[in-house]
Amino acid sequence: MEFSQIATIAGKEFWDRIRNRWVLAVALVFTAFALSIAYFGAAQQGAVGFRSIEVTIASLVSLVIYLIPLIALVLGFDAIVGERERGSLDLLLSMPITRLELLLGKYLGLAGALTFSTVAGFGLVGVVLASQLDLNALFHYFGFMFSSVLLGCAFLSLAVMLSVLASDRTRASGLAIATWFFFVLIFDLLVLGVLVVTAGQWGGEALPYALLLNPADVFRILNIFSMDDVRTLYGLSTVFPPALAQPWLLGLVMAAWIAGPLAIAAWRFRR
Amino acid sequence: MADTSPAQNEAGAPVIVARGVRKHYGTIHAVDGVDLEVRSGELFGLIGHNGAGKSTLFKMMLGLIPQTAGEIRIDGAPVPGSDFRTVRRKVGYLPENVVLYDNLTGTETLDFFARLKGVSPAGNAALLERVGLKHAARRRVREYSKGMRQRLGFAQALLGKPRILFLDEPTTGLDPEAIRGFYAILRQLKSEGVTMVITSHILAEIQERVDRLAIMAAGKVQATGTVQALREQMDLPLWFDVRVAAEDFESVRNVLAGLPVGAVEARDGHIAVQCAREAKMTVIAALATLDGKVRDLTVREPSLEDVFFGFSD
Repeated sequence: MEFSQIATIAGKEFWDRIRNRWVLAVALVFTAFALSIAYFGAAQQGAVGFRSIEVTIASLVSLVIYLIPLIALVLGFDAIVGERERGSLDLLLSMPITRLELLLGKYLGLAGALTFSTVAGFGLVGVVLASQLDLNALFHYFGFMFSSVLLGCAFLSLAVMLSVLASDRTRASGLAIATWFFFVLIFDLLVLGVLVVTAGQWGGEALPYALLLNPADVFRILNIFSMDDVRTLYGLSTVFPPALAQPWLLGLVMAAWIAGPLAIAAWRFRR
Repeated sequence: MADTSPAQNEAGAPVIVARGVRKHYGTIHAVDGVDLEVRSGELFGLIGHNGAGKSTLFKMMLGLIPQTAGEIRIDGAPVPGSDFRTVRRKVGYLPENVVLYDNLTGTETLDFFARLKGVSPAGNAALLERVGLKHAARRRVREYSKGMRQRLGFAQALLGKPRILFLDEPTTGLDPEAIRGFYAILRQLKSEGVTMVITSHILAEIQERVDRLAIMAAGKVQATGTVQALREQMDLPLWFDVRVAAEDFESVRNVLAGLPVGAVEARDGHIAVQCAREAKMTVIAALATLDGKVRDLTVREPSLEDVFFGFSD
């Protein structure tokens, strides 16, 4: 494996996104949302202004959980199939580069762009809020940013996998949307449905672990269940096995969600 | 493979070798047993109808798709093979209907591919000038015409001074002047010892320019050789175009009627005569005895197109 080849491809993908202002646009969206949630999140209670980091993060999480998977899927779905359909893939592959290097370069470049806009967008808000946060709150906010990056990278990995599996761009975009629906909207309903239908008799103990099968849920758990205040607030401590409140375990699961689809993509892209 | 090492690839040694190469997609035999040898420094043409298997053969030679069966060697190294990076650094490729990145400028395009090839971008400006794109170097490919994209694609193929060039329909979209310029560059490359394989569907364009060519049809190489050798192999008739004065018209025509010729067509001061290649000298000798009556004589060889249809139909 030649890292310079990966870096060349990744560099092109990254700068393409900087130049067409994709990174700027996404960062601005994140900043705008985070600022409005931080300052106006409590408006329903008749007050504006920054309240508490827990409430802010809880609101941000419910926003990010819809937005980031969508952005990542849109960003990555045509990574390979787009080159193939436009006809530029053959020329790329005639270079002294392996298919794995090309795939990794594509992924890392796009992941870099997504990470950059996430960190810039939420980071800016973090800087604005910094004076009102204590060290512990800053740590939580940093954790939120970091897990948002992981969430984006996981869905980007799924998107790149789809772009290898799909035979054309139309199909890839359809699969990307279906993936979003499944993980963001349907999955939790399915889990709940199983719980209700079986009246908790079947798989009740194991069911919480099913949430690990969804990177969006892993992200949610990372940001909510690790915080004692929120746990008591929602009264969920009884339902949730403490084993799942280990950030490092959840981090590992996220890493698997990044590596797994990429590995499948690499395997399929070999031929 | 000491006998095929690059150092020994002096004039005429085979640089591109295909033996029994097949590519089957299910029941479709895109390439069906191709044997081919392209020698060092040769400008080699590959012609055939659409779907004859030229592009598939190209892609296998470049290692873009694996062959179903058979052996391909580029400069001694098997394709596909573990040595692919070394091979690809020696090879330039211009795909059919080359697609580049609209959002990059000409310079940026070459810089990107130069990095992938592991070549210094220092020579890129000169390369753009060589293909006539100096004025558009800083414009985005989005604004390029079809011909300009083709030229930029060609410049890309020339990155790193490749020893072997694969050019798939390289003159598509070029105007006649650009085509001349393109072949001038090929001549220059040839004098530098670069081996080139070129496909084209404009047979008139390549018949005067290639050293040898192969005619492909139905996934097979139907014939290989120089244009002249293929003409002779095909044994297509020649045409004589005889110009005579009006008063001698009938007498010349009568002489021709007694010769071993095929069709005789007469029109305003010209007599066109078809004859077999082996009768050529007999006809010329007979016409020479008509001293003074024949004002001019042109022998027309069958075109590459005639040869091509002879082999591919």
